[in-house]
Amino acid sequence: MNIIVPIKQVPDLVEELEINSSGTDLDREWLKMKLSEFDDHALEEALLIKDDQGATVTAIALASDDIDKALFAAAAKGADRLIKITGVEGSSTHEAAKAMANAIQNIDYDIIMTGVQAVDDRDGQLAVLLAHYLSVPHVSVVTGVELSGNKLVVHKEYGGGMVAEFEGTTPIVLGIQAAKETPRYVPVAKVRRAMRSSSIEEVSSGDLGVDSGSTVSKMYKPESGGGAEMIDGSAEDQASKLMEILTQKGVK
Amino acid sequence: MSNQILVVIEHLKGNIEDISFEMLGKAKEISSNTGGELVALLMGNGVDGMAGQLGISDKVIYVDDENLAEFNPQAYCKTVASVVADMQPKLVMIGNTSMGMDIAGGVSVDQNMPFIAYVSGISGDGNTITSSLYGGKMNVDSAHTGDGCVVSVISGSFPADAGRMDGSPSVENATAPDLSNLSLQFKQLIEPESGDVDITTQEILVSVGRGIQSDDNLPMVEELASKLGGAVSCSRPIVDSKWLAKTRQVGKSGLKVKPKLYLTLGISGAPEHIEGMKDADLIVAVNTDPNAPIFDYAHYGIVQDIFDFIPALNDKL
Repeated sequence: MNIIVPIKQVPDLVEELEINSSGTDLDREWLKMKLSEFDDHALEEALLIKDDQGATVTAIALASDDIDKALFAAAAKGADRLIKITGVEGSSTHEAAKAMANAIQNIDYDIIMTGVQAVDDRDGQLAVLLAHYLSVPHVSVVTGVELSGNKLVVHKEYGGGMVAEFEGTTPIVLGIQAAKETPRYVPVAKVRRAMRSSSIEEVSSGDLGVDSGSTVSKMYKPESGGGAEMIDGSAEDQASKLMEILTQKGVK
Repeated sequence: MSNQILVVIEHLKGNIEDISFEMLGKAKEISSNTGGELVALLMGNGVDGMAGQLGISDKVIYVDDENLAEFNPQAYCKTVASVVADMQPKLVMIGNTSMGMDIAGGVSVDQNMPFIAYVSGISGDGNTITSSLYGGKMNVDSAHTGDGCVVSVISGSFPADAGRMDGSPSVENATAPDLSNLSLQFKQLIEPESGDVDITTQEILVSVGRGIQSDDNLPMVEELASKLGGAVSCSRPIVDSKWLAKTRQVGKSGLKVKPKLYLTLGISGAPEHIEGMKDADLIVAVNTDPNAPIFDYAHYGIVQDIFDFIPALNDKL
């Protein structure tokens, strides 16, 4: 069983986001990046399958500033093979998906698992675009995968906690919403060891010939939708003022 | 390219989902301004009666096939792509929902059309499309450069009532593409397990997010909820961490709630969460980050460390 896990780094939303001088993108100079949380879940689900029944897990990513660290962290968690795709200038999901498809076409794979979405995939989610460039079926918003041979049962989550169950065969692309377990944690020391013991293969993106098909005219912070009336003061003061409001509104 | 707007209708267990009416209402506004035809695409098996709820559209294209009886990513992608290929609409609107996420990108690739996702706004002429990105912290305006464009619309972005109109639009039956060789088969719908508490019927919800940091901190939240006479609900990460049951989750993949009081503690307010709670009567948000999007939706905002605020409020109750 060969599982490929496309991963990427995204801005850490805990940090304050600033807009660049052209007003069309984030100011990336001081931006703190982290592994996209859904990709972390996709990697975890792949590693759970490896732990359970054996599999070769390949983490693959487009070249970017912090990506080596993210790939080595994947190795430290249990990924067997690391691949970095070079030569992609743009940042659209269409280009990323086409570059991934070009690289993956030369690799034996049964399942591709990636995060169901990312915080910055304006022109669409990777899983479905990639599946269509590769002409294989896909299921998104996946919260469960059970494998037996080349058959798999996939759980796709709808609203309200409702789940649809599908049966499919490999090859398939899955957009993972949540792994069965909380993604594992690796200590930095283990990532450092992985940096010494594993290596990253580099492949070229090949011909892309696609783009997002749209251009950004403006990025801006959303206007406060009426905005909240802010309650200031110490925690003590704020709690007192909130009590008054709740009493006045008849909630308490 | 035609001057038509195509809205992909989503339905589950015999009910048309609100997102469909939300998109129809917005599409009507655009087509009234630009003079195009509003076409609803209904797919299923024996659900032609649903067309009577799509009265706002100028035309309903109905595709009936046994392989479309239940949603199936493969079958629905193929069918929408084939209708789009025939019609060449200038705008294809699909929900940024679980089902829609398995359709929109496929149509974009198969029909070589631009795709703009996470759409929360569209200008009256249909030309400027706003996406809500970075967990709702940034809006991005885009214009597409193709003849037509696929957009996926976030639930709750437009009022559903604007698109809800009974009537008898003209129905055009279209033949499904060949769906006989699907490698993906729908098996069953699994209903959510019922929990100890039904958060949709609670009048007061104290909702926790990532800011709670550890399940060791849940008891003080439970104390607060119980003193207020309500229950504890949460955002997605808390369920993924297995700290609370799925039945407590509010949002896109959880439950929609409309309590009298919705008090959030350490929830930033990503669009997926906002979808589930923005209609609450009174929303009070507590977060350390003054720029958290939740403050755009709350009636009252408190910038404070929740571990200072919760004990302070508990003391007053």
